[in-house]
Amino acid sequence: MALPKYTETRYRVWHYFYITICTCVFFFLIAPLFVIFPLSFNAEEFLSFSEGMKNLDPDAFSLRWYKDMIYGTKNPWGLAAKNSFIIAIFATLGSVILGTVAALGLSSRHMPYKGLIMATLISPMIVPLIISGVAIFFFMAKAGLAATHTGIVLAHIILGTPFVVITVTATLSGFDHSVTRAASSLGSDPVNTFMKITLPLILPGVISGGLFAFVTSFDEVVVVLFLAGLENTTIPIQMWTGLREQLSPTILAVATCLIILSTLILVTAELLRRRSERLRGINR
Amino acid sequence: MSSETGKILTTDGIPLEVSLKKAERKNKIKAFLLVAPLLLFLLITYIFPIGDMLMRSVDDKMVTEMLPKTFKSMEKWDGKELPSEEVFESFYLDFQKLVEEKRDGKLSTQLNYTKNGFKSILKKLRRKAKNFEEGNYKEQIMAVHQRWADVEYWRAIQRRAPAYTSQKYLKGIDMYKNEEGNIVSVEEDRRIHRILWLRTLEIAFFVTLLCFLMAYPIAHLLATLPMKYSNLLMICVLLPFWTSLLVRTASWMILLQQQGVVNDFFVMIGLVADDSRPEMMFNKTGTYVAMTQILLPFMVLPLYSVMKTISPSLMRAGKSLGGTPFVAFWKVYFPLTIPGIGAGCLLVFILAIGYYITPALVGGASGTLISNQIAFHMKSTLDWSFASAMGLMLLAGVLAIYWVYNKLVGVDNIKLG
Repeated sequence: MALPKYTETRYRVWHYFYITICTCVFFFLIAPLFVIFPLSFNAEEFLSFSEGMKNLDPDAFSLRWYKDMIYGTKNPWGLAAKNSFIIAIFATLGSVILGTVAALGLSSRHMPYKGLIMATLISPMIVPLIISGVAIFFFMAKAGLAATHTGIVLAHIILGTPFVVITVTATLSGFDHSVTRAASSLGSDPVNTFMKITLPLILPGVISGGLFAFVTSFDEVVVVLFLAGLENTTIPIQMWTGLREQLSPTILAVATCLIILSTLILVTAELLRRRSERLRGINR
Repeated sequence: MSSETGKILTTDGIPLEVSLKKAERKNKIKAFLLVAPLLLFLLITYIFPIGDMLMRSVDDKMVTEMLPKTFKSMEKWDGKELPSEEVFESFYLDFQKLVEEKRDGKLSTQLNYTKNGFKSILKKLRRKAKNFEEGNYKEQIMAVHQRWADVEYWRAIQRRAPAYTSQKYLKGIDMYKNEEGNIVSVEEDRRIHRILWLRTLEIAFFVTLLCFLMAYPIAHLLATLPMKYSNLLMICVLLPFWTSLLVRTASWMILLQQQGVVNDFFVMIGLVADDSRPEMMFNKTGTYVAMTQILLPFMVLPLYSVMKTISPSLMRAGKSLGGTPFVAFWKVYFPLTIPGIGAGCLLVFILAIGYYITPALVGGASGTLISNQIAFHMKSTLDWSFASAMGLMLLAGVLAIYWVYNKLVGVDNIKLG
């Protein structure tokens, strides 16, 4: 942002002050993530930079903690990763199916009590997680689903659907309903119309809602802490116990992998968002 | 207005109005059926359990069910003098039944909550009651221990008669019902919950304020920069947003520890001496810093999406009409961003007020919030009804904030990135 030549000095000063503040805030946002990166290659067992690392001595760096993460004896990351992925995938599927179908109904102009129902459907997003955790725990305990994968998957479906409902309703708000009417008039049944016409058009919204649901499930710790038994441990639970008890650099290796994963998700989400805006003709 | 004959008919001979209504109803049912699976699922697994929390938090049936005869005969008792023989007899019968079912331990724990000293006299009663003779239970029970002849203890039992209680809620704000039935505060040095509520509000408020102060300039920059630069900078906001909460908390734990990077830096620039590194974690500072960074994207994104819609020509118009840039900003730009400010502040405040993980990890004892207390009672003391009561109090607060916000700004403005 170059300033015009005629800018008065005080506004010039103000402008540079503003740019400095913005730089500081961006630094504050992003820098903490990059501390983990080098430290996860630490050759020593500390969570701070050793003298060798500061001098960029190659011997001070190693892949030791990554090896420990993958091959380490009696370490829980393998099981945790497996559980996390299984739970997140099923929770995402469930949220996407339930949420998309509900969003279709919600965006129909015939829907009665729209406000009230919408409020109910997105309530798991508004209610503080700790309260959701307590309530869901009571239900799962009564239903005999505590400490089972099914219970955790159901819990994550509860937490994930609001995102799908919101993103898909938003996509449907720009949806031209005359195309579905055209399909019906040409003899297509509703299911066929949905699969061939509606779904491809709202797919970006569905997928980005699914991404939200996936990340919510994959990163969820509050509710899982109430529900999980030893068998159902997930990556967030292991990180939580690790951070509370023995802070070992293995956690940083895991964290680095998670940052890479979130970068991938971010890129996908951004591409989808742009595609969706292009499809809906929103070009700002 | 139209007469019977003037009604428009469809080809089937049914009036159009009726036919239309029928079609409308069909559409309504169709739309509702689409929503029904999710609605039903959430009602069963989520909304009803919250109702269950409400039931648990006021539930006090345990003692009521353990001493049914006693409470029945106590109905006639005025509570001024020792109860009649009838009360003693029914208490003896109830108690004997509990001993047979091996539930007398639970009773003594429960009654001990109400008044200290029940545990020992119930134990004694259990031992002696085996040899009780029939009739004249009043004297026999009173002979077991002098406290059984104290009317205070009988009043304590009577206080457990109602099946519902507000006790857990009162405990949540450090109050209780004393023996005269008045609601009073606990002693000054035992008011732990009020401190926690206030601290939760304080931290949520200041985190929201900090987030707002930091998010406003960068959201403005992102909204005014040309696309190719702003997309790049947007990554700085979105990457933390998509990154695991625990990863971000872990990075703050590394940064803020005493041998951590921040302290290293302070020592390097000579701000603090190497041997007096400040404690930045396990206290409020840690909670503030980590929570602000973690919640910042939730403030930036709504602000950005609102600022993006404000045309830059408005500011130019303001300036060309004689306003200085500051006046133009304050009178034109700022009021237009208020919906974004509202949405961002609401989102951050509500998230902050229920925060649990980060305060538990970096907060230490002076940085914990009300959610930590709820989790503590859920997992450690297993006082689930108390945890429910506090959870519902928190929920009521959140809903109140939400309601006020809806009145002031309208909920429709919330956008997700």
